[in-house]
Amino acid sequence: MIELVTIVVSLLLLLLLTFIRRKSTPKLRPIPALTRLYRAIGLSVEDGTRLHISLGRGGLLTGRGGASLSGLSALRYLVERTSASDRPPVATSGDPALALLSQDTLKAGYQATGADELYQPTTGRLSGMSPFSFAAGAMPVVRDENVSANVMLGDFGPESALIIESAERVNIPTLGGTDDVSAQAVLYAAAQEPLIGEEMFAAGAYLGAGPAHSASLTVQDVLRWLIVLFLLVGAGLKFLGLF
Amino acid sequence: MRVFNAAIAIAIGLLVLAGYFVPSLAGLQTLFLNWAMILAGVAALVGIGNLISVHGEKIRKRETGSVYSALLILSLFATFVFGFLLGPDHPAMQMVVNGVIVPVEASLMAILAVTLIYAAIRLLRRRLDLMSVIFLVTALVILLGSASLPFGEIPLLGTTVRPWITQVLALGGARGILIGVALGMLTTGLRVLTAIDRPYGGK
Repeated sequence: MIELVTIVVSLLLLLLLTFIRRKSTPKLRPIPALTRLYRAIGLSVEDGTRLHISLGRGGLLTGRGGASLSGLSALRYLVERTSASDRPPVATSGDPALALLSQDTLKAGYQATGADELYQPTTGRLSGMSPFSFAAGAMPVVRDENVSANVMLGDFGPESALIIESAERVNIPTLGGTDDVSAQAVLYAAAQEPLIGEEMFAAGAYLGAGPAHSASLTVQDVLRWLIVLFLLVGAGLKFLGLF
Repeated sequence: MRVFNAAIAIAIGLLVLAGYFVPSLAGLQTLFLNWAMILAGVAALVGIGNLISVHGEKIRKRETGSVYSALLILSLFATFVFGFLLGPDHPAMQMVVNGVIVPVEASLMAILAVTLIYAAIRLLRRRLDLMSVIFLVTALVILLGSASLPFGEIPLLGTTVRPWITQVLALGGARGILIGVALGMLTTGLRVLTAIDRPYGGK
């Protein structure tokens, strides 16, 4: 029952905050990785290079799908902002359904900016279907396709280090966020700009994806404070022997 | 059409979600999830088509690494044809898996270990701050506490320090991160469910 209440309350709060904030500019704390992503977008447009956006290998029918959907959401806004570049961004995925959705998202991004003719279906790619084949397929894209920034947002495992290493060899900065705890440790060590914890889910709000994304951050904060409160009250009750 | 797509997605999404809370909808939920699995299987075929198309384009344009693309397509077709004719359980197909795919993935795993050590060393050069030092010292302590050392176990490290770090500090931190990730997934899911974010179809 508590799950249903959490979902309903979160949904109502999300819709209410989205409506309230539809005309205001969100105030966000600076996240260095996302600030750098913003700069990378500008650089990509100015010098005619492309962004490589890796969406990971989180299947949409699994519990990892949330990270993939968040990556797709960021992809949409990255495409809109780099559609003026000579080279279109490339998205790689390790799940076939996710690869199809990345193609659809790329196409929608170009349509939204009125540049439908620039969309190329081969820019949304399935690079492999197992963790290492996915990494092995994404590595040459980073290395050989005139990429200026490697953006990794989605569900990755430790194999993400191979993609990052490939980028490092050609001096390309990597910005990465994932839902997997062990891969977050890998990203912390290997990526120039790691996104820790739920920072990955904030990418949309920082890219200006609309009031719903900044409202999502507030809903997350409210729920986080409620969890902190429950934990403290639970610990207090346990300490007093009442629970 | 876009409104129609969104309406279908919202309706199916709500029915699948409701299936977790209303027992009478569980059958419908299972039906939709089975359809989704079949569609995911079809997506795999389309994905392979995409893979062939991308690498075919590389070969046609003679881009860097087009030799590897040709090798990939040849291997793909050979595996498909032999797998189709012989069946996946045939000894020859098992040999392909055990003699090629498993060793290649194991080699990549070995490269990954070296890559991670190199990344850890590079971390100090790139971000020399307190957190990076704590990160590396912790990794070193855990390694020393877990590995079999030629001179025997370091006192307290494997029996007290390592378990305390992994089961108290790391576990607590990981739980905190996972709670944050779960909340992020929840709000992302709600945005997709209400069609605010639409990773399917159109503008």
